[in-house]
Amino acid sequence: MKVWLTPRNAFVVALLAVLALLPVYSALTGNTFMVTLFTRIIILAIAAVSLNLIMGFGGMVSFGHAAYLGIGGYVVGILAKEGIDTGFIQWPAALVLSGLFALGVGALSLRTRGVYFIMITLAFAQMVYYIANGLDRYGGDDGLTIQRRSDFGGLINLSNRTVYYYLCLALLLATVYFVWRMVKSRFGLVIQGSRSNDRRMRAIGFSTFRYKLTCFVIAGVLCGLSGVLLANHTNFISPALMHWTRSGDLIVMAVLGGMGTVFGPVIGAVALLVLEETLPHLIGFVSYVLIGKEVVAAKEYWQLILGPMLLLIVIYARGGIEGLIAGSRRG
Amino acid sequence: MLYLIEQCLNGMQLGMLLFLLAAGLTLIFGIMDLVNLAHGSLYMLGAYFAATFVELTDSFLAGIGLGLGATLVAGIVLEMIAIRPLYGRDHLDHVLGTFGLLIFFNEFVRLIWGPAGLTISLPSQMLTAVQVLPGVYYPLYRLVIILTTLVVALLLYILVMRTRIGMLIRAGASNREMVGALGVNIKLLYTLVFGLGAALAGFAGMIQAPLAFVQIGMGENILILAFVVIIIGGIGSIRGAFVAAIIVGLIDTMGRVFLPDLVRHFLSYSAGSSAGPALSSMLIYTLMALVLIFRPEGLFPASSK
Repeated sequence: MKVWLTPRNAFVVALLAVLALLPVYSALTGNTFMVTLFTRIIILAIAAVSLNLIMGFGGMVSFGHAAYLGIGGYVVGILAKEGIDTGFIQWPAALVLSGLFALGVGALSLRTRGVYFIMITLAFAQMVYYIANGLDRYGGDDGLTIQRRSDFGGLINLSNRTVYYYLCLALLLATVYFVWRMVKSRFGLVIQGSRSNDRRMRAIGFSTFRYKLTCFVIAGVLCGLSGVLLANHTNFISPALMHWTRSGDLIVMAVLGGMGTVFGPVIGAVALLVLEETLPHLIGFVSYVLIGKEVVAAKEYWQLILGPMLLLIVIYARGGIEGLIAGSRRG
Repeated sequence: MLYLIEQCLNGMQLGMLLFLLAAGLTLIFGIMDLVNLAHGSLYMLGAYFAATFVELTDSFLAGIGLGLGATLVAGIVLEMIAIRPLYGRDHLDHVLGTFGLLIFFNEFVRLIWGPAGLTISLPSQMLTAVQVLPGVYYPLYRLVIILTTLVVALLLYILVMRTRIGMLIRAGASNREMVGALGVNIKLLYTLVFGLGAALAGFAGMIQAPLAFVQIGMGENILILAFVVIIIGGIGSIRGAFVAAIIVGLIDTMGRVFLPDLVRHFLSYSAGSSAGPALSSMLIYTLMALVLIFRPEGLFPASSK
């Protein structure tokens, strides 16, 4: 019989409980910053989960995943600027465009493998990045402020912070569930099979290219959704949304949490972004303990610690945080 | 016509700069099979070192020389501490680990030199323009960059193709286990190659610095261009990197100069000014995508040289 109460599952449940109760805590203490921060974390977690679908399960290391964040965001921003506020048009348009872009990129880049795949996905993302830079009407490299969040009539009010938080959380859970079901399905098994041995999968009669392309498009659409949510969250879009270092951040989240597990990227996104917020304070605290006073200047340089930490994780903790929690069982 | 020649020279100059970065990158990639995102950080470090030493010694050449030495040392130390454990791991590990290094270096530079950025001023005799062709004047310093880099390229070619070290490097690229089994100190060889790549990247950073601004993150966008160059040229091939760097440099410069006019011809004036740079950048990435689709191993694959 399968044991459900593993340290890993306990951790996941605890994390979900924290996420579910966060607005309550925030309402009680009046600390609205937490909700804003965690809305952002949840949105980026959706992007990380979608990247992990192709990277962790399909072995397709996309170094241009932030492009879909940008496409999703820009469709919302551009339509809003042109006076189309309704989410019933904005959201489907964004998802369809993300999917079409993924179809084009995937059809070309899936012909290559390894580092060439990494580079060609990067190249396409850079193209979108420069297009956004050239869109003068929509702010160019300064970006564009979105006056109103997407309007869903009386259905749901996105301007309410708590409502928006729970909407994002629900979408994250739906994404995780969807990816989980997909990975367990026949389709998912073909994808994972082609990661370990593509030639063998083709030999037993699967057209792995079509499977991988479909998977690539699904990941693109999911990340486009994340972009839609992000634009609505910050009410602002700019090319910085898809700078290549942003794609790097998404890879970090997926790997940090533990690649090849469905929930790992969520943990990774929470870990990375919470670390970003807390490392400065942590440094201040450590300096307080060590020399008796807080070195304010040192707090600014938290990335000095983050960078080497990433390297150490790569070298010593290949399974990411999930792997650490699950113990050595996981390879 | 004169304008065209001038822009050609500008394109050459950018190409030469890209070559310096790409040569190191392609050697590191071809021989150690390492994707090094921190290569742009060495470009940045070189510029900061040179700016500091020029300031200290009050001499441009001495500053460049000392800066070059400092970048070489930094590269070697970096390889020994952080890069070595990454050899033999998969490319995703490289991307992630060196991405961490890139974050570290940006912050490190901010800690040491501050967020403001630096400048390197040229010696006064470099500030003149020379007549390259009847009626075509060109800034002396840019010409010096082109010629110096051509010399560096030639030296690099001789080093790799005509010396014993170069032979070991090429041998290491095609079969590292065999070279190790024959008693060559592969570790040392790798360190040397990485140091060489670091010095080349640093050199690129410092000679470009007087034309631009020495600032944090200056290596990030040009690093991506250098990756495009080595993909187009063929990974591991110095000759390929050379040709591809010139192609990319020319396309980028020509695109920036002439595409806006072309767009203006069809659309409005302002559309041209903003769409021009975007279009020329797209040209480069389109070229790379085409190369990857039709000649995935690059224009000059290393194995066929």
